[in-house]
Amino acid sequence: MKKQIHVRVNGLETELQVEPRMTLLEVVREQLGLTGAKLGCDIQVCGACTLLLNGKPVSACSVLAVDADGGDVLTIEGLAGQGSLHPLQEAFMEFGALQCGYCTSGFILTAKAMLEENPRPGEAEIRSYLAGNFCRCGCYQEIVQAIKRVAGR
Amino acid sequence: MEETETGESIRRLDYEAKITGRAQYLADMKVPGMCHGKILRSPHPHARIRSLDTSKALSIRGVLAVLTRDDIVKDQGIDPYYGPVFKDQTIVAVEKVRHVGDPVAAVAALEPEAAEEALSRIEIDYEEMPAVLDVSEAMAKGAPLLHESVRMPPHGFADLAELKPVEGTNICTHFKLVKGDVEKGFAESDYIFEDTFTLPTTQHCSLEPHGCIASVERDGRIVVWSTTQNPFVVRTQLANIFKVSVSKVRIVVPYLGGGYGGKVYPKLEPLTVALARKARRPVRIVLSREEVFYTITKHAAVIRMKTGVKKDGTLVARQCEVLLDTGAYAEIGPRVAKKSGYTAAGPYKIPNVKIDSMSIYTNRPPAGAFRGFGVSQSAWAHESQMDVIAAALNMDPLEIRLKNGYEEGSEFVTGETLSSLGLKSCVEKVAAAIGWKEKRAAQPNGPVRRGKGIACMIKATITPSISCAVVKLNEDASATIYTGTVEMGQGSDTVLAQIVAREMGISAENIQVLGVDTDVAPYDLTTSSSRSTFHMGKAVQLAAQDLLNQLKQIVVQDYGVPPDQVKFSNGRVQFLETVLDYQEILFKRFGMQGGTLVGQGQVKTKVTHERGVKTTSSFWFLGAGAAEVEVDCETGKLRLVKYVTAVDVGKAINPLGCRQQLEGAAITGMGQALFEEIVFDNGQIVNPNFVDYVLPSLGDMPPSIEPILVEVPHLEGPFGAKGIGETALIPVAPAIANAIFDAVGVRIRDLPIKAEKIFLALEEAKKKL
Ligand code: FES
Ligand code: FES
Repeated sequence: MKKQIHVRVNGLETELQVEPRMTLLEVVREQLGLTGAKLGCDIQVCGACTLLLNGKPVSACSVLAVDADGGDVLTIEGLAGQGSLHPLQEAFMEFGALQCGYCTSGFILTAKAMLEENPRPGEAEIRSYLAGNFCRCGCYQEIVQAIKRVAGR
Repeated sequence: MEETETGESIRRLDYEAKITGRAQYLADMKVPGMCHGKILRSPHPHARIRSLDTSKALSIRGVLAVLTRDDIVKDQGIDPYYGPVFKDQTIVAVEKVRHVGDPVAAVAALEPEAAEEALSRIEIDYEEMPAVLDVSEAMAKGAPLLHESVRMPPHGFADLAELKPVEGTNICTHFKLVKGDVEKGFAESDYIFEDTFTLPTTQHCSLEPHGCIASVERDGRIVVWSTTQNPFVVRTQLANIFKVSVSKVRIVVPYLGGGYGGKVYPKLEPLTVALARKARRPVRIVLSREEVFYTITKHAAVIRMKTGVKKDGTLVARQCEVLLDTGAYAEIGPRVAKKSGYTAAGPYKIPNVKIDSMSIYTNRPPAGAFRGFGVSQSAWAHESQMDVIAAALNMDPLEIRLKNGYEEGSEFVTGETLSSLGLKSCVEKVAAAIGWKEKRAAQPNGPVRRGKGIACMIKATITPSISCAVVKLNEDASATIYTGTVEMGQGSDTVLAQIVAREMGISAENIQVLGVDTDVAPYDLTTSSSRSTFHMGKAVQLAAQDLLNQLKQIVVQDYGVPPDQVKFSNGRVQFLETVLDYQEILFKRFGMQGGTLVGQGQVKTKVTHERGVKTTSSFWFLGAGAAEVEVDCETGKLRLVKYVTAVDVGKAINPLGCRQQLEGAAITGMGQALFEEIVFDNGQIVNPNFVDYVLPSLGDMPPSIEPILVEVPHLEGPFGAKGIGETALIPVAPAIANAIFDAVGVRIRDLPIKAEKIFLALEEAKKKL
């Protein structure tokens, strides 16, 4: 039995028909074609699927789409403004905070949420806030540097 | 932006797409008419399949096809046997299953859920058989055999031609290398050391799981989109399996979300194509994380080292026995064992060496290539033992390495002469950066002890090999690069563009690197073995030079200038008083805005014979690592304080890219050293997920990882560059173990180095006091 849900995705009001068992990640990727969030572990540990739901980072692999009904979803595709990238995106490129890029949307969205909670995090805070996101390519130092740069502004 | 003599850390070409979420990876792709495939896998480590019944599965709504052994054995259009070295693998199990997770059947359905449901309705009658679950069981007398006989491919790899399975045993291959006479060497030694070191099975854990989309056209053409690091090898294998010429197989590779060796050689492709063929529509299969663990692993190893030394620390003889658990299928295990063997004695001048390196079949998931390719296993042994020796002789671990280490012109175990060798410089630089001289500094008070450790390495790249490239000069003086090199995060697109940019005097921003498509790109053997910058880098450089030559010819013909008057600089051509840019030359040649020049380059490395001795490697990887640790003597808890890695990069084309590769490899090395381990229970993986198989995260990182680029140029590399992707990983585990010994005096011989191992070793040491 499909259920109708209403979500705001990257600022756009969106009506969707979803199966109750479908995850937010499946709906965003398969139905909306927003594939920037990735499936890495499927059990809420790697952070590759991170989206912001009402401003808070969630593992979209483990959130049911029906539970996001009425919510506000931000994906990596919605982060850049018209013609300009978000400062985190700029900083990630400048510092080389990605290699394969599979973890990148998750890191950037998590970092965005952190900076909203705490605009001036210290290095230790950055390290602990992002300890739940994996980067197998091992860009951790560059990720920390990039976020520090944005936090310092 | 920082510049070195030839290098510049320009912004990577793949960044904009990746940072905005627009970069396409396999699982993001859909093709028209695509359906979904799922795989049924064996629950047993070793069992005969008595019968299979698929009728119930076929009755599920939305199911399009069920693939079993009947489809591949009876079909004249399919050779069910394949494998990069030996044809010991089948698309789905034929007579028996050889490991838990071995594919037995596959279903294609309109929806993934229907496919899943159908899997559960396939009925299989298994007859369980005794299994060999590790190397020692596999080597035991009378052990059950995994493969009674093994089929050989028609054209095997040149470098593996002499390796064959040992009949009547589970020994997949046995590589032997002898130099001098070890027995004589041991007799001449003052001391002899014998140690055994082990490493567990681990997994690559690229965040992107393996995936494949396959489509079989009406005319029999096979089109495959796949997460592969070597599309041309997969193309050959598919052509052999489906009995068509390679021109009838097209492989397209999107960006990879990490490879690290886990995506070389056929993985999902044969099965997905067979399923698409049967379902008569395109099929997509993306593995679950658990399935990835059952698809490919890194070889567990048992390594015995016997080393004879003089009182002054001179190495006289070394005997190495490397036993690598290659799992149920050879995959590329024979080459892993060979590479592991070549350098098992370490980067040292030793007159007498005897090496036996074996890949051994067991009833575990297949093991294959993993960043470091057998050398991170052998280096764990030789670098740990170097410190065992140093401690016994009361020598400085740095000194014993510098005393025995290879240098320019040293003779390798095979007898060939080594050149372009920045080994000692790497060792000295990491020692300086970690503060080696100050190592005996006062210990902090309390139970926590500090220590420093060092390790170094040498590794060969795949030789012989081939890389071909095409570079197109467009009418607007931009260039397009066509190669088979897969961008999997290592930054190859950018480095190739930088090489062409420099050669042609144009900006890298005006260069496009096309994604890999075997219908378009010329042949390349593989994106692995840290070979792309050296080989493909050279190929695109030659292609760019070819273009410049063509431009020169055009100027000679169209402007009537003698060839020696034509000069190139900064993307312009000068002759007499005239300066023209490429665009103007093309315009004049073609008479309008249009037309293309195509340049090509080929690199073919050979096994040359020097004084009757074959060369092993077209260039060598050299590197060193140094760790500083803190160990809590009461709990065994370890904290990494600092890690330094130095790698001989030849010449850094993109210094930031080099540092990323060094740090990334070092971090993977930390995971392998400290906690990564696949745990088996009767052939079943106990921890095939990221909760129980722990990956290094930011919380595990030392405050500082310092990458150091050492530049000893290689004559044949583009601008002197060498490959670097694997090097930094290899010294990490022994450097850490050596630091632990330095801190608390206990020697850990079995990876991973968990706190409880240190704790138990400390307890053991206390008892001996
Ligand atoms: S895929 Fe959701 S946390 Fe890993
Ligand atoms: S960039 Fe590859 S996993 Fe982070």
